[in-house]
Amino acid sequence: MSVQQQPTPAPAQPSVSVQELQICTNSGVPVVTEVSFEITPGEVLGLVGESGSGKTTVGLSLLGHARRGLRIAGGEISLDGENILALGDEELRRLRGSRASYVPQDPASSLNPALRISLQLREGLAVHGWGNRKERDARIAEMMREVALPDDPEFLHRYPHQLSGGQQQRIGLAMAFANRPRLIVLDEPTTGLDVTTQATVLATVRELAALHGVAALYVSHDLAVVAALARRVAVMYAGRIVELGPAEDLFESAAHPYTRRLVGAIPRLTGGRSLVGIPGHAPSPGRRPPGCAFAPRCTLHIPQCDENVPALDTVRSGHRARCIRAEDVLKQARAKVGDPLDFIPADADSAALTLENLVAHYGPIEVLHSINLTLERHECLAIVGESGSGKTTTARSIAGLHRDWTGSIRLGDKALEASARARSTESRRQIQYIFQNPYGSLNPRKTIGETVGQPLSVFDIAKGRRADEMVQEMLEQVSLSASYANRYPDQLSGGERQRVAIARALISSPSILICDEVTSALDVSVQAAIVELLGQLQRELGLSMVFVTHNLPLVRSIAQNVAVLSEGDIVEYGATAEVLADPQQPYTRELIANTPSLETATSEAMAKEAGRG
Amino acid sequence: MRWLRGGGISGFVVRRVLLGILTLFLVSVVVFVATQALGDPARAILGRDATPERLTALQNQLNLDQSLVQQYLNWLGGLLHGDLGDSLAAQLPVTTLLHDRLINSAVLVFCAAVISIPLSIALGSYAALRREKPFDTISTNIMLLLAALPEFVVAVLLVILFATTVFTWLPAISAVPPGTHPWDDPEILILPTLTLILAVAPYVARIMRASMIEVLESDYVEMARLKGLPERTVLRRHALPNAIGPVFQVIAINLAYLAGGIVVVEYVFAYPGIGSALLDAVVNHDIPVVQALAMLIAGVYVVVNLLADVATILVTPRLRTRL
Amino acid sequence: MSQTEQAPALAEGVDTPTPPGRTSSLLARSLRLWRTRIGVLFVLVLVVIAIIGPWIAPHGASEFVAPPFSKPGQNGAGILGSDYIGQDVYSRFLYGGGSILLSATISTAIGMILGIAIGLVAAYARNALDDVLMRAMDVIMAFPQILLALVAVSLIGAGWGIIIAAIALTTAPRVARVTRGAALPVVERDFVAATESMGLSRPRILTGELFPSILGPIMVEATLRLTYSIGVIAALAFLGLAPDPNGANWGVMIKQNQLALATQPWGALAPILAIALLTMGTGLIGDGIARTAAGIDRERGDE
Repeated sequence: MSVQQQPTPAPAQPSVSVQELQICTNSGVPVVTEVSFEITPGEVLGLVGESGSGKTTVGLSLLGHARRGLRIAGGEISLDGENILALGDEELRRLRGSRASYVPQDPASSLNPALRISLQLREGLAVHGWGNRKERDARIAEMMREVALPDDPEFLHRYPHQLSGGQQQRIGLAMAFANRPRLIVLDEPTTGLDVTTQATVLATVRELAALHGVAALYVSHDLAVVAALARRVAVMYAGRIVELGPAEDLFESAAHPYTRRLVGAIPRLTGGRSLVGIPGHAPSPGRRPPGCAFAPRCTLHIPQCDENVPALDTVRSGHRARCIRAEDVLKQARAKVGDPLDFIPADADSAALTLENLVAHYGPIEVLHSINLTLERHECLAIVGESGSGKTTTARSIAGLHRDWTGSIRLGDKALEASARARSTESRRQIQYIFQNPYGSLNPRKTIGETVGQPLSVFDIAKGRRADEMVQEMLEQVSLSASYANRYPDQLSGGERQRVAIARALISSPSILICDEVTSALDVSVQAAIVELLGQLQRELGLSMVFVTHNLPLVRSIAQNVAVLSEGDIVEYGATAEVLADPQQPYTRELIANTPSLETATSEAMAKEAGRG
Repeated sequence: MRWLRGGGISGFVVRRVLLGILTLFLVSVVVFVATQALGDPARAILGRDATPERLTALQNQLNLDQSLVQQYLNWLGGLLHGDLGDSLAAQLPVTTLLHDRLINSAVLVFCAAVISIPLSIALGSYAALRREKPFDTISTNIMLLLAALPEFVVAVLLVILFATTVFTWLPAISAVPPGTHPWDDPEILILPTLTLILAVAPYVARIMRASMIEVLESDYVEMARLKGLPERTVLRRHALPNAIGPVFQVIAINLAYLAGGIVVVEYVFAYPGIGSALLDAVVNHDIPVVQALAMLIAGVYVVVNLLADVATILVTPRLRTRL
Repeated sequence: MSQTEQAPALAEGVDTPTPPGRTSSLLARSLRLWRTRIGVLFVLVLVVIAIIGPWIAPHGASEFVAPPFSKPGQNGAGILGSDYIGQDVYSRFLYGGGSILLSATISTAIGMILGIAIGLVAAYARNALDDVLMRAMDVIMAFPQILLALVAVSLIGAGWGIIIAAIALTTAPRVARVTRGAALPVVERDFVAATESMGLSRPRILTGELFPSILGPIMVEATLRLTYSIGVIAALAFLGLAPDPNGANWGVMIKQNQLALATQPWGALAPILAIALLTMGTGLIGDGIARTAAGIDRERGDE
């Protein structure tokens, strides 16, 4: 990208100012409360939070928009001095897309499938009166170049579904920057994108914001991504901002216990660390306690915390936190990270699983080209790759869920059939599988007890009271109380459901556990807890484990060895610590380089500050 | 046969047409089996007059001594040549008998369709736009109730309402004297058309409403509003093209409902169309006529469905370009 | 696809247990809606009439009580007057619902069972078997329900057996299509794959995992099919194709008495209103169940 960067001297005056924003449901339940922050032109403010924090709702409100069932109940949002919330319908319409614009999370569904790209790009310019036809076409070509997309008519003539995910997202960016807005709200725009594409998109956002002097709000759950992009970060919890300050301060030594724990839950590329999650879950709107919302889960909790909601007080210059013990938090040493991992030595003599010459197809397309892998007993092997690399296909072939493969998969020394149904009961029992989506892997009509107990009856292991006892023991082993057995999945959170899935997989005492992206659909703090649990169970039960993920730093926290997959081939294989510290293959190197991580981000940021100051 | 697999839109159309032809063949088998193979047609026709001599005579006349397969092929061959056999009751070629009636029914269906389809699309869309406001709740409930009523109930209620008991504005009978056309006396068309519309439109409208709501709640419509487009443009350019796809399928289904509905409606109003002809033929065990009309009605359904499938693909770029 | 947690939602993903009452069934919850209650009321009233009608009828179904088409109270006629040959309309009305309801219920039930079985098998097979089954269904669906019944009756005559068979046969493909449509997304869900990896047999997957997950759409479809079955059977009677041409049957009564709509409408009006109320009732119940199911899904935030 050859965009000349002239660092715009940041004027001290913020162009965007949010005061005491309050958003409620139509029945009056507060969802977002007392939210205040400011953004100066050219600056990117990161808004971080997990599910239920209210961050997307805040993002949308900056355009005066609230989703069905919600309304903006109070506060002020000013853009260049003008209060957005006081605008009438027509004025609001003129504001949107021209002075304030929005980049949605899911580009595939935000582009109209029935209209060509050119039309969707052009209408944003036309409706806000951008010159004549020729000038608009010129502007579109310019926009395409700014986001590194082809500017030829053939490309513009396409429909959205004819573009890749990364291209769709860049179209979304182009549309948002089209009318040179003063404010842009980006709602997790890189979710679901490959690490490499994500890196490109982030770089584009950074450059365009600086170039055009746009104030940007970047909403995300991914701290590492935010760290790479934003100078200042606001952390939201249960509808309030709990901390606001410079990015490096928050990541190095935060002043709010939640932020600390969140940072501690993020997987790191360096250092084999176990992850520490946060037990419990955030309160939903309507169930928030009268005092500090984080208090029930906080290790620094004192009775005073439950009396009133703490105010967002200044802790250091430019750094505010909503905690009455903020000073004590700051005194704590660096963000708590877990202990170094303690692996059971793998048993090199007996291979639990051997893959030889595995070639797999999806219809006519060959997706795995001759994979060779060995999983030793007690070993945890991570299989890492981006989407399309074939990692899930590998996992599913091992489990017999994907049947279209040739080559050999051996359990011990026994060759396995392609389809799970064709295999012996014993083979099926030995290999258990945990799925990515906790919301789809449990039958919503069955109780937890029935789901966890199903393998017992299918494999004819236990019945009746003995089965019930085993179910209860298993639930407790995954840190769920036995009372969960009578509940239904929709009464459980994502993390809890994933624990149930683990319980179901382990109740039949398998020797091999296959985890397919089991944390990708979970919040960072929950992800940490689940990985913690899996590691602990693997060590306790002596399991051999295959851990499939696209999240490279996560591998550090659970696997001894890692195999890197790219487009159906294993490109690198070795001990995790070595591969991550000193990758041999260019693909692996690029993958690591493009992975946003806190360390690189904060060190970059500090270097930038040093260079500037 | 590689052209069967690829070929873009024209390839798809060819495949779909072939599938339609296959379906028509199978339909003809079903019609044949249901009318000739499941019992003794000769006995059914003669009923109480079935003496052994008459049975044999009739069986010879109808070629029933041949194998079933041969009978089927004869009949099918005739169909494809336009020879639908002779009516047993009227001793006339079926085509002559049905010619005028076909026109009459076509007129009726046309009048009903041309009003009900735009009406239901408009109603459904407007209800979706004014979702959960008074217009929507009232109209949705009315449509629900109307859609539940069988057609003959609607027909008789309309007759009671407008022709005989409450008001007497319209004729209760819609007889078309032979040799004249339905449009010579338009008044007789009103109640039958109205019945058909009330039988079909509510169902289409509800589907339209559901489809429109799904579109209106979609991410891309929300995005269009966030771009600052005026509401009219959002609806016209972004919502409508996406809401139209499913409608073709529903129109097809409803033309099928109409085809079933005309039997009852023509009977109630004594309207001389193919529906009442079918009914007469059934009562008289006039098998060639029954066969011909069953093929016709089912055939219309197959063709309409085929057109609907092709139309849906054409208006949905996502499906179109995948070919 | 979002990487963040998509829990049961209000505005955003939120970790909460849903409100209590989860274990009450779909039917029970749908009864909280007014429309379901009204629908049930309509249906119950008419079912009661159909069942106990014959016991409380003042006259026999074929008893002559007054000159033809006498108005109510005139010439010794009953509260609804007399019909085209002088029988008591009120009594015939009370006798007239049973056969329609019974045959409609039976044929719908048979059609549902067939259709669900075919639909589930097709949805789970997802291969050539699916195509073949659905093509076969398409062929039968090319016939409007009443058309196939007419065609069958034309040959064999109007017996209850043939009518029930014809309705069941035309109901099944429509049900199969809906079943398949509802089951396809469920087949793709991971909990089904989980049972496959355990090696659970196909029939047990269909009955134990798939079927319970599509109960909502199935129930709605059942009420819809019942509505249409009632309609077609009554229409057949109305067209003169009832098994007992002179018996007391609402459809037959309408046909017999429609001549006098101008002067003595009750002979046709009473059964018409009965059929109308019955079908509207089943329609309301179906709609109530559908709305409840949609509300539950929205609450749960199912994908």
